[in-house]
Amino acid sequence: MTVTLDAAANAAANAAVNAPASAPANAPVIAAAAAPAASAEPTLVIDGAVKRYPNGAVAVRGVTIEVGQGELVVFVGPSGCGKSTLLRMVAGLEDITEGEIRIAGRRVNEVEPAERDIAMVFQNYALYPHMTVRQNLAYGLKNRGTDKAEIARKVAEAAAMLQIEDFLDRKPSQLSGGQRQRVAMGRCIVRDPSLFLFDEPLSNLDARLRTQMRLEIRKLQRRLKVSAIYVTHDQVEAMTLADRIVVLNGGQVEQVGAPSEVYARPASTFVAAFIGAPAMNLIPAELAGGALRIGAEAVPFAAPPAGMAPGFVTLGLRPEKARVVPQAERAGGLPFTLDAVEELGASRLLHGRAAGADVVTAADAALPIPQGPLALHADPADLHFFDAVTGTRL
Amino acid sequence: MTALADPLAPAPAAPAAARPVNRARRRAQILHHIVLIFGVLLMCGPMVVTFMSSTWDPVVIHSEGLQLGYGGKFLETYETVLLKGGGFTGEITGTLMLWNSVLLGLGFAIGKIVISMLAAYAIVYFRFPFASLAFWVIFATLLLPLEVRILPSYEVVQRLGMLNSWSGLILPLIASATATFFFRQFFRSIPDELLEAARIDGAGPFRFFVDILAPLSKTMMAAIFIIMFVVGWNQYLWPALMTTDESMFTIVRGIRQILQVWIGANIPDYNQALALAILAMAPPALVVLVFQRMFIKGLVETEK
Ligand SMILES: Nc1ncnc2c1ncn2[C@@H]1O[C@H](COP(=O)(O)OP(=O)(O)O)[C@@H](O)[C@H]1O
Ligand SMILES: [Mg+2]
Repeated sequence: MTVTLDAAANAAANAAVNAPASAPANAPVIAAAAAPAASAEPTLVIDGAVKRYPNGAVAVRGVTIEVGQGELVVFVGPSGCGKSTLLRMVAGLEDITEGEIRIAGRRVNEVEPAERDIAMVFQNYALYPHMTVRQNLAYGLKNRGTDKAEIARKVAEAAAMLQIEDFLDRKPSQLSGGQRQRVAMGRCIVRDPSLFLFDEPLSNLDARLRTQMRLEIRKLQRRLKVSAIYVTHDQVEAMTLADRIVVLNGGQVEQVGAPSEVYARPASTFVAAFIGAPAMNLIPAELAGGALRIGAEAVPFAAPPAGMAPGFVTLGLRPEKARVVPQAERAGGLPFTLDAVEELGASRLLHGRAAGADVVTAADAALPIPQGPLALHADPADLHFFDAVTGTRL
Repeated sequence: MTALADPLAPAPAAPAAARPVNRARRRAQILHHIVLIFGVLLMCGPMVVTFMSSTWDPVVIHSEGLQLGYGGKFLETYETVLLKGGGFTGEITGTLMLWNSVLLGLGFAIGKIVISMLAAYAIVYFRFPFASLAFWVIFATLLLPLEVRILPSYEVVQRLGMLNSWSGLILPLIASATATFFFRQFFRSIPDELLEAARIDGAGPFRFFVDILAPLSKTMMAAIFIIMFVVGWNQYLWPALMTTDESMFTIVRGIRQILQVWIGANIPDYNQALALAILAMAPPALVVLVFQRMFIKGLVETEK
């Protein structure tokens, strides 16, 4: 495995990558921390990027993000939030209306996609249907004028890495979805780019294959130590893959952070509702007279945090942090009426109402379903408070 | 028929239940075959009569009409038609006329494919002002078939001094709204990501066209080639106007010409005229037979 990053990549990264061929392969690849060196120049800087389409639609409204050396950043957000547009601006497939994009310190706004030192995997793979897998992999290198022996070597190397050697002489139409996916990645790998771009690469696969390929992408990216941006609308994919998550909403960044951080401290109700499944319960509440009220009822298990001004708030509570217990067993809960039970195998979801608000809670499926008059409990530390109007975290 | 019916056959059911189903299907098959055979007769009958008659002596044809049986003069007749000089100058042979037709058909078809692919490429992949207007202007020329504009076209070719030349015969015909339209629709159905992937792979407009678009259009090209070759082959009015030099006569023109010139004898050489008709029909039929599979693929299948 001798993946050489471009000259622009810093020496430290090169030294690591050019280690003896077998070493990285044998190393526990997942455990190897990505740990973007703080001092290293970021591979990619998106600086105040704006995209206005000719029809006037503004898809990206001033986004500023950095992607560090060897880091995997996931852009996640609902459909239409501008993820693909932003990625395509990085790739050079869309013009940049305002702002600047720098790859390895070089401004690339006016640079052709082929010259940007990037490689991209498309949602539908975009393999050339009339070419064999081998020709698909080699095409980019051929256009760059790489010599034949070098192309053959790189193709063989990428094919071995992705275990597609047996299909090299097939056409894409003779491959399964997962195999096409690998070929699409192979096409990226042979180019030794300094940045991988993935646009929802797994959404055409079935659920099982998706989980498997997700892991493989992760391993591969770790192994190659190439920076990557991965676009998805699937928060599970985002959580499992990312070094850092960028949550996008309406063309703007809602929050940037490590998956655990985004999950634990969502910056807004939007992020709170988007990250985590089932979604966080968001309940309108009021801070008044030193108590937290939902509708007319005081919430017995939570006092308003110190220093928070009275007024309307949105209360956030993750389903897995809420507990439903028979009132007889424990006092001090919010009365809860159970409406429906959903079995998920390992856990079950209890849908019900508490103080007039819809609440979902998740419980271990091994425990019996609570019976009789019920109450909702939660640890005050697990409550999130958001501004009722702006939705930002308080 | 069986090949068609088999994949549709229900999974082996109880034998008792299967039998009436089989009988019904057999009856349907017989009916289908009757219809198909009738169609074949309708299409091939005239060809067979023409061919058979061409192997008889003109005297027989003249006195007894068209023949259904084989007359035994196949070799003599076709040899005469293909090799004997005829026409006004006495220099034009069937072989030469066939060759001329092939040239016209090929030039016509290939020219149309090249021009219309380039036009469609420009319209679909390049952003230039009034691109869609340009397309609709091209499309509107469908309203002006050759027959309508034949005088001005003649005038232009004549002024350019291209009468009696292959370029004068072929070039004015190769702009094709139909083919441009087909290629445009085809190019539009090719996913944008393919272009984007190619751009990232460093393919410029020329490479993209040659390496990706053209190979992908293979079946489409074959389909248009067949149609246009046959159309070119069958051209009559245009060559008749543009070429007066007998060495450029196509076979379609030749049939009439030969019949007319050879009518000097008491009995027209019906057999030779019919043989020429067969020769004129055979190559387009062959082209269709050979390219048939690609033709259908081009129209119904997409390899994307
Ligand atoms: N070519 C285009 N012209 C105009 N608007 C577009 C174009 N492409 C995308 N958009 C709009 O930009 C927004 C973001 O699109 P996109 O980046 O594809 O979203 P995502 O990938 O997050 O689903 C959408 O509202 C979409 O309608
Ligand atoms: Mg998208």
